[in-house]
Amino acid sequence: MSLTFKTIKEAKEGLQNKEFTVKELVQEHIDRIEAHRQLNAYVTDTFEQALTQAEQAQQRYNTGEARGLEGIPLGIKDLYCTKGVKTTACSKILHNFVPPYESTVTQNLFDAGAIMLGKLNMDEFAMGSANLYSHFGAAKSPWKNGEKHLVPGGSSGGSAGAVAGYLAMGATGSDTGGSIRQPAAFCGIVGIKPTYGRCSRYGMMAFASSLDQAGPITRSVYDAALLLEHMASFDAKDATSKNVKVPSYAANINKDIKGLKVGIPKEYNMSGMDPEIGKAWEEAQQWLKAQGAELVEVSLPNTQYALPAYYIIAPAEASSNLARYDGVRYGHRAESFENLNDMYCSTRGEGFGAEVKKRLIIGTYVLSAGHYDAYYLKAKKVQQLIRNDFKNAFKDVDVMLTPTTPTPAFTEGEEPKDPVTMYLNDVLTVSANIAGIPGMSVPTHLTQAGLPIGMQLLGPHFREDTLFNVGAALEEVAQFPMFPKQ
Amino acid sequence: MSNTNLYKGETGEWEVVIGLEIHAQVVSKSKLFSGAATAFGADPNTQVSLVDSGFPGMLPVLNRECVRQAIRTGLGLNCEINKWSRFDRKNYFYPDLPNGYQISQFYHPLVGPGKVLVDLSDGSQKEVRIHHIHLEQDAGKSIHDLSPDKSYIDLNRAGVALMELVTEPDMRSVEEAQNFVKKLRSILRYLGTCDGNMEEGSMRCDINVSVRRPGDEYGTRTETKNVNSLRFMGQAIEYEVQRQIELIESGGSVVQETRLFDPTKGETRSMRTKEESNDYRYFPDPDLLPLIVEQAEIDELRESLPELPDEKVNRYVTTFGLKPYDAQVLVMEKETTQYFEAGLTDIKNKKEGPKLYANWVTGELFGALNKESLGVTESKVSASHLASLINLITDNIISGKIAKDVFGYMWTEGGSPESIVESKGLKQVTDEDEIRTIVADVLAKNDAKVTEYKAGKDKLFGFFVGQVMKAMQGKGNPEVVNMILKRLLNDE
Repeated sequence: MSLTFKTIKEAKEGLQNKEFTVKELVQEHIDRIEAHRQLNAYVTDTFEQALTQAEQAQQRYNTGEARGLEGIPLGIKDLYCTKGVKTTACSKILHNFVPPYESTVTQNLFDAGAIMLGKLNMDEFAMGSANLYSHFGAAKSPWKNGEKHLVPGGSSGGSAGAVAGYLAMGATGSDTGGSIRQPAAFCGIVGIKPTYGRCSRYGMMAFASSLDQAGPITRSVYDAALLLEHMASFDAKDATSKNVKVPSYAANINKDIKGLKVGIPKEYNMSGMDPEIGKAWEEAQQWLKAQGAELVEVSLPNTQYALPAYYIIAPAEASSNLARYDGVRYGHRAESFENLNDMYCSTRGEGFGAEVKKRLIIGTYVLSAGHYDAYYLKAKKVQQLIRNDFKNAFKDVDVMLTPTTPTPAFTEGEEPKDPVTMYLNDVLTVSANIAGIPGMSVPTHLTQAGLPIGMQLLGPHFREDTLFNVGAALEEVAQFPMFPKQ
Repeated sequence: MSNTNLYKGETGEWEVVIGLEIHAQVVSKSKLFSGAATAFGADPNTQVSLVDSGFPGMLPVLNRECVRQAIRTGLGLNCEINKWSRFDRKNYFYPDLPNGYQISQFYHPLVGPGKVLVDLSDGSQKEVRIHHIHLEQDAGKSIHDLSPDKSYIDLNRAGVALMELVTEPDMRSVEEAQNFVKKLRSILRYLGTCDGNMEEGSMRCDINVSVRRPGDEYGTRTETKNVNSLRFMGQAIEYEVQRQIELIESGGSVVQETRLFDPTKGETRSMRTKEESNDYRYFPDPDLLPLIVEQAEIDELRESLPELPDEKVNRYVTTFGLKPYDAQVLVMEKETTQYFEAGLTDIKNKKEGPKLYANWVTGELFGALNKESLGVTESKVSASHLASLINLITDNIISGKIAKDVFGYMWTEGGSPESIVESKGLKQVTDEDEIRTIVADVLAKNDAKVTEYKAGKDKLFGFFVGQVMKAMQGKGNPEVVNMILKRLLNDE
């Protein structure tokens, strides 16, 4: 059996026990990536670098100095700046950008011994829910509906596709409104968006600064815990990162959920939810109950306002965050232009894709004079209400269980064409970003047609440990069939 | 109260209303949100971090020292300090603004209302209210004149911390506006929060000007941008006042607009009207947390404030008996006070000495400095030497007149006043016998004049004094000379 099918936990044990070498592990991944180019998961390869690192990692295993992720091959979402390695956010406007610096999250991973296989496809600047909006073309899920691939979700579609398809043992994602959890659910794997401030945003290309958060995508809850504890850190270079000790998430998992209060937010039982997902949700509740958890109905009364608020706050911040891509200092610049204004218009007109432009226009509108109060300010007030909803609800429960998405993954070519339906994909995930709380998706079911379904766990600020514990318990009962190992 | 500052128009009198927005560069080794250096005059783009140049994924981290400097400034200007403030983004596109936004404090500034007392030439004082002071980033510099078809960008200034200080429209004359800036500059330099160097752009001024009939509501104002000297301020205000008066009197009306001052022509001209102005889409910067200041930090900064100009003037007036105007002259420039106070400890006569010493600083010393366009820190006579010179006068070792000569030697040749007095033999003669011999000799030589004097021509007394002093090369103690002269003239 290919080494690529192992979880990170299994691979670490195999390396410790000298069952195989780091180089073999890395090489098998490289071979598999080459054999599965049709998934379009990687937009930049760093195979040579990976093989060099593999030798160093092997040395450490040989001398007994292996670190927490020594020799584990990972994929890195292309919005993490990686020193000397092209980083584009899958946008034409940065098609030639090579950062002279390393993001804190990737630095932390490398410092723990992780090996980078390459940079992963994503929706341009993380704006999208199906990884259709990439300058390098759509990424695909290895899962199929009949003959056709499913979309991997977005924006971390390349990350989810790569991990589900065994093209990496784990990957970094980023989540502004669901961009880790939704693709994880679509691809039948695990993804966690930690508490806002848990991971440093330094060196991550910003979409919406107040909502963006880094997190891992893996094939098991344990692996997610292990990756997150090596990604997270307090970072003086990010004023919004929080100085809260990072626990040993993986080692602390005990799956004991006896007496744990699990909240079921009634507002999440919304019209438009796929009945199979509703059923899966019911069953997941019973699984937890059977393991000794207490189910409690909770109310998050402002849930219906979360999505509209999100689609004001996120574009508003994006319209300002992306202003720096102006063709002056780096990245794409239009070949010909009449004057300064024309240079801006042509550069940005050519450099940004349609979805990004749409959101920049929305963002500019909601911040402009005369609309600021009605849109941006009101959305910020809604944000406060949603935070209060969670604060109140978490007085009564330890964790909440909801589906991750209202529908399973779309089949490629059959995705909704109108943006509002597309945006509804985020309806169950955005609240966690708006409230800054952690959220994790765990695969639990397959639909009749064999499409993955994910359940979302939401916890209070900095209680990722609870999510991992409940997630591991859920994972154990669900015995979700991963994408076939072939 | 009558206003002597009114402008006469064709149709009557006009009053000018002036408000200022002053951008003062914060004295700090590094920028407001990055660790890059801030020194003036470095080669282009050598003091630029990845944050300043707007690289992807780079984040601002607030430099707390800049915050402390702004708090010091607020305390020095009698302002309230807001314990909760916030940074906002001001969005606009320009090549020297790498992020496409400037980080500023639009909605919630760090420093709230305060006031400054402005000293006017007639000896009166005018209170000018500060509306607020906020922290913000400077932009870089676009250079358009190096190439016919290219513009160059220097980002050394990009991200440098500025304090924007906004006054209420409280000034009613050019003098009030100029003296406000002088006073502000003086206070900031005392505080060490801005070097006040207008030529290097450390202090720049936007001037809001409107005119009205005395007693009327405010008229429509124009804002003249980036005026960088007191003289230009005067020119810009005068030009704007005349332009607005002529406009209104000829039936037109003032348009609210931003204008640019052209220093070569001494004119202002329209830059953009209100309708053409940018929509800056201000919103809170999501990369930064609200700025929280604890009372303890404010108290600590308040306690460590230096003595400020107004306090110094009071002290000089009450302890040394200086005239307020003289005290203000000494105090205006921090360096002058430092010089004055450095020598003060050496002054032996604590009663008369300080005042005399102050007069010498503002008189003889300033004269010599101005003649050679030197600053007080470049003085060729040290404070302690000048104080020694004052001691020689108050100890009656030399006269004030001789002291001026001694000062001349000190300036040109260097050395202590004692050694000059010694080597040049300038010590004052107080010995009565010695003086009596010389007086007798002078009187003997001027027989006829003595007779005239005795016949009632009192004025001749001065002549005799002059002759005695001349014979003594100015070294006779004036009191002793007078006494002996009187005695000999009357006794005979």
